[in-house]
Amino acid sequence: WRAPPGTRTLTPRFGPSKPMLAFRFLRALTLVHRTAANSSNAARSRRIQRAAFASMAYSAGPRRAWSRALLCRLHFHRARRRCAGRRRAAGVPRRPSTTGSPADGLRRLVPGGTGMDYCGLLEETADYIRCLSEQVKLMQSIVDSVGPGGR
Amino acid sequence: MASRRSRSAQATSSRITDEQIADLLAKLQALLPEHRIRSADRVSAAEVLQDACNHIRSLQREVDGLSGRLAQLLAMTDSSNAQAAVIRSLLK
Repeated sequence: WRAPPGTRTLTPRFGPSKPMLAFRFLRALTLVHRTAANSSNAARSRRIQRAAFASMAYSAGPRRAWSRALLCRLHFHRARRRCAGRRRAAGVPRRPSTTGSPADGLRRLVPGGTGMDYCGLLEETADYIRCLSEQVKLMQSIVDSVGPGGR
Repeated sequence: MASRRSRSAQATSSRITDEQIADLLAKLQALLPEHRIRSADRVSAAEVLQDACNHIRSLQREVDGLSGRLAQLLAMTDSSNAQAAVIRSLLK
Protein backbone atom coordinates (compact mmCIF):
# COMPACT_ATOMS: atom_id res chain seq x y z
CA TRP A 1 0.00 0.00 0.00
CA ARG A 2 2.61 2.50 0.97
CA ALA A 3 3.90 4.45 -1.97
CA PRO A 4 7.69 4.60 -1.87
CA PRO A 5 8.85 7.83 -0.30
CA GLY A 6 9.95 10.45 -2.73
CA THR A 7 7.53 9.61 -5.48
CA ARG A 8 5.82 12.76 -6.41
CA THR A 9 3.53 12.03 -9.25
CA LEU A 10 0.82 14.53 -9.87
CA THR A 11 -1.76 11.85 -10.20
CA PRO A 12 -4.32 12.16 -12.97
CA ARG A 13 -7.57 13.39 -11.71
CA PHE A 14 -9.89 10.44 -11.73
CA GLY A 15 -11.97 10.54 -8.63
CA PRO A 16 -14.10 7.79 -7.17
CA SER A 17 -16.90 6.81 -9.48
CA LYS A 18 -20.23 8.10 -8.27
CA PRO A 19 -22.15 4.87 -8.83
CA MET A 20 -19.56 2.98 -6.77
CA LEU A 21 -19.82 5.51 -3.99
CA ALA A 22 -23.61 5.28 -4.05
CA PHE A 23 -23.54 1.50 -4.14
CA ARG A 24 -21.26 1.23 -1.15
CA PHE A 25 -23.17 3.79 0.83
CA LEU A 26 -26.49 2.16 0.03
CA ARG A 27 -25.18 -1.20 1.14
CA ALA A 28 -23.98 0.32 4.39
CA LEU A 29 -27.30 2.11 4.91
CA THR A 30 -29.19 -1.13 4.38
CA LEU A 31 -26.98 -2.84 6.93
CA VAL A 32 -27.51 -0.07 9.45
CA HIS A 33 -31.24 -0.23 8.89
CA ARG A 34 -31.32 -3.96 9.35
CA THR A 35 -29.09 -4.22 12.40
CA ALA A 36 -29.76 -0.99 14.22
CA ALA A 37 -33.49 -0.73 13.80
CA ASN A 38 -34.05 -0.61 17.52
CA SER A 39 -31.14 1.65 18.42
CA SER A 40 -31.48 5.27 19.25
CA ASN A 41 -31.42 7.90 16.58
CA ALA A 42 -28.07 9.12 17.81
CA ALA A 43 -26.51 5.66 17.54
CA ARG A 44 -27.88 5.17 14.05
CA SER A 45 -26.70 8.61 13.08
CA ARG A 46 -23.18 7.80 14.24
CA ARG A 47 -23.21 4.56 12.27
CA ILE A 48 -24.43 6.32 9.16
CA GLN A 49 -21.73 8.95 9.55
CA ARG A 50 -19.14 6.21 9.88
CA ALA A 51 -20.63 4.50 6.83
CA ALA A 52 -20.35 7.74 4.89
CA PHE A 53 -16.64 8.05 5.59
CA ALA A 54 -16.10 4.36 4.99
CA SER A 55 -17.80 4.52 1.59
CA MET A 56 -15.72 7.52 0.69
CA ALA A 57 -12.50 5.85 1.71
CA TYR A 58 -13.25 2.52 0.02
CA SER A 59 -14.30 4.20 -3.18
CA ALA A 60 -11.18 6.35 -3.26
CA GLY A 61 -9.15 3.23 -2.67
CA PRO A 62 -5.59 2.86 -1.47
CA ARG A 63 -4.11 5.25 -4.02
CA ARG A 64 -4.76 8.22 -1.75
CA ALA A 65 -3.07 8.88 1.55
CA TRP A 66 -6.22 10.28 3.14
CA SER A 67 -8.29 7.24 2.21
CA ARG A 68 -5.60 4.89 3.51
CA ALA A 69 -5.50 6.83 6.77
CA LEU A 70 -9.28 6.75 7.07
CA LEU A 71 -9.40 3.01 6.41
CA CYS A 72 -6.72 2.37 9.01
CA ARG A 73 -8.59 4.49 11.50
CA LEU A 74 -11.87 2.74 10.78
CA HIS A 75 -10.39 -0.72 11.16
CA PHE A 76 -8.52 0.28 14.27
CA HIS A 77 -11.61 1.69 15.86
CA ARG A 78 -13.65 -1.34 14.94
CA ALA A 79 -11.09 -3.62 16.56
CA ARG A 80 -10.91 -1.42 19.62
CA ARG A 81 -14.65 -1.30 19.93
CA ARG A 82 -14.85 -5.06 20.07
CA CYS A 83 -12.35 -5.12 22.92
CA ALA A 84 -13.30 -2.08 24.92
CA GLY A 85 -16.98 -1.83 24.09
CA ARG A 86 -16.67 1.93 23.75
CA ARG A 87 -18.47 3.59 20.93
CA ARG A 88 -16.96 6.43 19.01
CA ALA A 89 -17.76 7.83 15.65
CA ALA A 90 -14.63 6.85 13.82
CA GLY A 91 -13.31 8.58 10.78
CA VAL A 92 -14.24 12.08 11.85
CA PRO A 93 -11.50 14.26 13.25
CA ARG A 94 -12.78 15.56 16.52
CA ARG A 95 -10.03 17.83 17.69
CA PRO A 96 -10.99 21.49 17.49
CA SER A 97 -8.50 23.57 15.62
CA THR A 98 -6.17 25.47 17.85
CA THR A 99 -3.71 28.16 16.99
CA GLY A 100 -1.05 27.34 14.49
CA SER A 101 -0.35 27.92 10.88
CA PRO A 102 -3.19 27.24 8.44
CA ALA A 103 -1.18 24.33 7.09
CA ASP A 104 -1.20 22.78 10.56
CA GLY A 105 -4.92 23.28 10.79
CA LEU A 106 -5.31 21.51 7.48
CA ARG A 107 -3.08 18.68 8.62
CA ARG A 108 -5.40 18.07 11.53
CA LEU A 109 -8.47 18.02 9.32
CA VAL A 110 -7.30 15.86 6.45
CA PRO A 111 -6.90 12.20 7.46
CA GLY A 112 -3.26 11.26 7.48
CA GLY A 113 -2.31 14.89 7.10
CA THR A 114 0.23 14.99 9.88
CA GLY A 115 2.62 12.80 7.97
CA MET A 116 2.52 14.73 4.73
CA ASP A 117 4.80 17.26 3.22
CA TYR A 118 3.40 20.50 1.91
CA CYS A 119 2.81 19.44 -1.68
CA GLY A 120 1.28 16.15 -0.68
CA LEU A 121 -0.98 17.97 1.73
CA LEU A 122 -2.24 20.26 -1.03
CA GLU A 123 -2.95 17.35 -3.37
CA GLU A 124 -4.63 15.26 -0.72
CA THR A 125 -6.71 18.20 0.49
CA ALA A 126 -8.03 18.83 -3.00
CA ASP A 127 -8.96 15.18 -3.44
CA TYR A 128 -10.47 14.97 0.03
CA ILE A 129 -12.62 18.04 -0.60
CA ARG A 130 -13.77 16.62 -3.90
CA CYS A 131 -14.77 13.31 -2.34
CA LEU A 132 -16.41 14.95 0.67
CA SER A 133 -18.48 17.12 -1.66
CA GLU A 134 -19.59 14.07 -3.62
CA GLN A 135 -20.55 12.31 -0.43
CA VAL A 136 -22.55 15.31 0.76
CA LYS A 137 -24.31 15.54 -2.60
CA LEU A 138 -25.14 11.84 -2.48
CA MET A 139 -26.54 12.03 1.04
CA GLN A 140 -28.51 15.14 0.22
CA SER A 141 -30.12 13.54 -2.80
CA ILE A 142 -31.04 10.48 -0.75
CA VAL A 143 -32.62 12.67 1.90
CA ASP A 144 -34.46 14.56 -0.79
CA SER A 145 -35.74 11.36 -2.35
CA VAL A 146 -36.71 9.55 0.84
CA GLY A 147 -37.98 12.57 2.68
CA PRO A 148 -41.48 13.95 2.59
CA GLY A 149 -42.67 14.48 -0.91
CA GLY A 150 -39.93 12.37 -2.36
CA ARG A 151 -42.02 9.56 -3.73
CA MET B 1 17.64 31.76 -12.56
CA ALA B 2 17.47 29.53 -9.52
CA SER B 3 18.44 31.28 -6.36
CA ARG B 4 21.18 30.15 -4.04
CA ARG B 5 18.77 28.12 -2.02
CA SER B 6 20.43 25.05 -0.71
CA ARG B 7 19.39 22.27 -2.96
CA SER B 8 20.02 19.71 -0.29
CA ALA B 9 16.72 20.65 1.30
CA GLN B 10 14.98 19.79 -1.93
CA ALA B 11 17.10 16.88 -2.93
CA THR B 12 14.24 14.49 -3.36
CA SER B 13 13.87 12.59 -6.55
CA SER B 14 11.51 15.26 -7.88
CA ARG B 15 12.15 18.94 -7.47
CA ILE B 16 9.30 20.82 -5.92
CA THR B 17 9.23 24.16 -7.60
CA ASP B 18 7.36 27.24 -6.59
CA GLU B 19 5.33 26.95 -9.77
CA GLN B 20 4.19 23.47 -8.80
CA ILE B 21 3.12 24.72 -5.41
CA ALA B 22 1.33 27.69 -6.95
CA ASP B 23 -0.37 25.33 -9.39
CA LEU B 24 -1.54 23.05 -6.58
CA LEU B 25 -2.77 26.02 -4.60
CA ALA B 26 -4.71 27.29 -7.61
CA LYS B 27 -6.32 23.90 -8.13
CA LEU B 28 -7.27 23.78 -4.47
CA GLN B 29 -8.63 27.29 -4.56
CA ALA B 30 -10.81 26.41 -7.53
CA LEU B 31 -12.63 23.86 -5.39
CA LEU B 32 -13.54 26.30 -2.68
CA PRO B 33 -16.80 28.23 -2.62
CA GLU B 34 -14.94 31.43 -1.80
CA HIS B 35 -13.27 31.16 -5.17
CA ARG B 36 -16.13 32.89 -6.82
CA ILE B 37 -16.09 35.70 -4.32
CA ARG B 38 -12.41 36.41 -4.30
CA SER B 39 -11.85 37.73 -7.76
CA ALA B 40 -8.29 38.78 -7.07
CA ASP B 41 -5.97 36.27 -8.64
CA ARG B 42 -3.19 36.78 -6.13
CA VAL B 43 -4.62 35.26 -3.01
CA SER B 44 -2.13 34.37 -0.37
CA ALA B 45 -1.41 30.75 0.34
CA ALA B 46 -2.47 31.24 3.93
CA GLU B 47 -5.89 32.41 2.83
CA VAL B 48 -6.35 29.44 0.53
CA LEU B 49 -5.38 27.05 3.30
CA GLN B 50 -7.65 28.79 5.78
CA ASP B 51 -10.56 28.69 3.33
CA ALA B 52 -9.86 25.02 2.72
CA CYS B 53 -9.99 24.35 6.47
CA ASN B 54 -13.28 26.19 6.78
CA HIS B 55 -14.71 24.37 3.79
CA ILE B 56 -13.71 20.94 5.08
CA ARG B 57 -15.19 21.72 8.48
CA SER B 58 -18.47 22.84 6.95
CA LEU B 59 -18.60 19.74 4.76
CA GLN B 60 -18.02 17.52 7.77
CA ARG B 61 -20.77 19.34 9.63
CA GLU B 62 -23.06 18.71 6.67
CA VAL B 63 -22.25 15.00 6.77
CA ASP B 64 -23.07 15.08 10.46
CA GLY B 65 -26.41 16.75 9.90
CA LEU B 66 -27.33 14.58 6.94
CA SER B 67 -26.45 11.45 8.91
CA GLY B 68 -28.89 12.52 11.57
CA ARG B 69 -31.63 13.15 9.04
CA LEU B 70 -30.98 9.86 7.32
CA ALA B 71 -31.17 8.11 10.66
CA GLN B 72 -34.58 9.61 11.30
CA LEU B 73 -35.81 8.88 7.79
CA LEU B 74 -34.59 5.30 7.91
CA ALA B 75 -36.56 4.77 11.06
CA MET B 76 -39.71 5.99 9.43
CA THR B 77 -39.44 4.21 6.13
CA ASP B 78 -38.55 0.69 5.19
CA SER B 79 -35.38 -0.23 3.41
CA SER B 80 -36.95 -0.80 0.03
CA ASN B 81 -37.95 2.84 -0.07
CA ALA B 82 -34.45 3.89 0.79
CA GLN B 83 -33.00 1.66 -1.89
CA ALA B 84 -35.44 3.00 -4.44
CA ALA B 85 -34.52 6.52 -3.40
CA VAL B 86 -30.82 5.94 -3.84
CA ILE B 87 -31.33 4.34 -7.24
CA ARG B 88 -33.50 7.24 -8.23
CA SER B 89 -30.83 9.69 -7.16
CA LEU B 90 -28.28 7.68 -9.13
CA LEU B 91 -30.30 8.03 -12.27
CA LYS B 92 -30.62 11.77 -11.98
